[in-house]
Amino acid sequence: MANLKDLRVRIASVKSTQRITSAMKMVAAAKLRRAQEQAEAARPYAERMERMLGSVAASVSDISSAPKLLAGTGKDEVHLIVVMTTDRGLCGGFNTNIGRWTRQQVNKLTNEGKTVKLLIVGRKGQGILRSEFGEKIIDTIEDTAKPAPLFNTAAEIAKRITSMYENVEFDVCTIVYNRFESALTQIVTPQQLIPFALNTSSDENSETSNQENQSDDIPVSYEYEPEENAILAELLPKNMSIQVFRAMLESFASEQGARMAAMDNATRNAGDLIDQLTINYNRTRQAFITKELIEIISGAEAL
Amino acid sequence: MSESKVKFELVSPERLVLSEELNMVVVPGAEGDFGVLPGHSPMISSVRPGVINTYVDGTITSKIFVAGGFSEVTGSRCTVLAEVALPVDEIDRTLVEAELKECLEEINRNNDPLSQKEAKTNVEIAQAKLKALDSPVYQ
Repeated sequence: MANLKDLRVRIASVKSTQRITSAMKMVAAAKLRRAQEQAEAARPYAERMERMLGSVAASVSDISSAPKLLAGTGKDEVHLIVVMTTDRGLCGGFNTNIGRWTRQQVNKLTNEGKTVKLLIVGRKGQGILRSEFGEKIIDTIEDTAKPAPLFNTAAEIAKRITSMYENVEFDVCTIVYNRFESALTQIVTPQQLIPFALNTSSDENSETSNQENQSDDIPVSYEYEPEENAILAELLPKNMSIQVFRAMLESFASEQGARMAAMDNATRNAGDLIDQLTINYNRTRQAFITKELIEIISGAEAL
Repeated sequence: MSESKVKFELVSPERLVLSEELNMVVVPGAEGDFGVLPGHSPMISSVRPGVINTYVDGTITSKIFVAGGFSEVTGSRCTVLAEVALPVDEIDRTLVEAELKECLEEINRNNDPLSQKEAKTNVEIAQAKLKALDSPVYQ
């Protein structure tokens, strides 16, 4: 019964935790709005770039003479997976979901007898995957979104991937990120970067490109200015940077959404806990008073 | 209506800059400016730094500077992917001139071929910006 003080201390500590989580929620919500705008604004460019490249790729006459980024190495042995995670925690299942997908994919590819390499963006991904796939991780890139994702960072990552590809360090490159759907839902989205493949999964969600795709499905042969391969040589590396940038923006917006939801939950849980503890505290206090009264009354009766 | 108009879209990495139905659009292609009218034959061209003019009923509705990119033309549609896109009126001459000077110095100072190439591209962009400011308007 003498734990009144303990209860008071616990209530105070839960309250201060709640203050922190609710502040983090506010911060995430504020960042989310900007990040969401940015991510959504970048979608048209990335989608049209993909569409343009898709139509060029479809009309390439001689695939063997096409740049390697488009044609591939002709092998399917070494896979590089670029995993987009966050630098900071406290964002719910965000990194766990990405980690789970990566784990499944790595195991699947390993079972098929392929070599897997991992390039991780974000500190948290390294923490999740290091214990299991430590020797597969070739590098971790940190602080990519500080304070917000920049195109230059994406271009550097893309350049790095491209130069690794030119040194024949892998055959297929896939990037996996959390696609921003709404503040509460993120969808783990794998996208093949090398060799170039038209990503159908991202298109089905975007109503504009879907409609246009239908009307544009008639195959057309394009004129090129300058010639085909020169355009491809320029377009492909650009597309790489754009797709990486898009993944970074989507991932960043998703992170803020996930954190907001997680912190909202935590704040609510803390509130519940405070209510529970307060009831306990009041009951104990009352019991204590009742006990004291009984003692006084029975003492007076005994006289 | 769609017979006599081109759906023109100008997209930069940051946003969809322009999405309009137009009579004609003139794009600075890598091998010379080209005008796109409805029913243009399909074409893909890279874009050099320069000004995109859009025409509705024979008058220029907007002049937008782009710093290179790509364009895709089909019979009914013209899409330009530009790295930088800003209206010509928003170009600040003194700023561009300072930029140009800095880039030219950079070329003299730096011997690294990669950064030299980058600086040269920047010079081209800056020169194209100045040219965009100076060029008269043909209606």
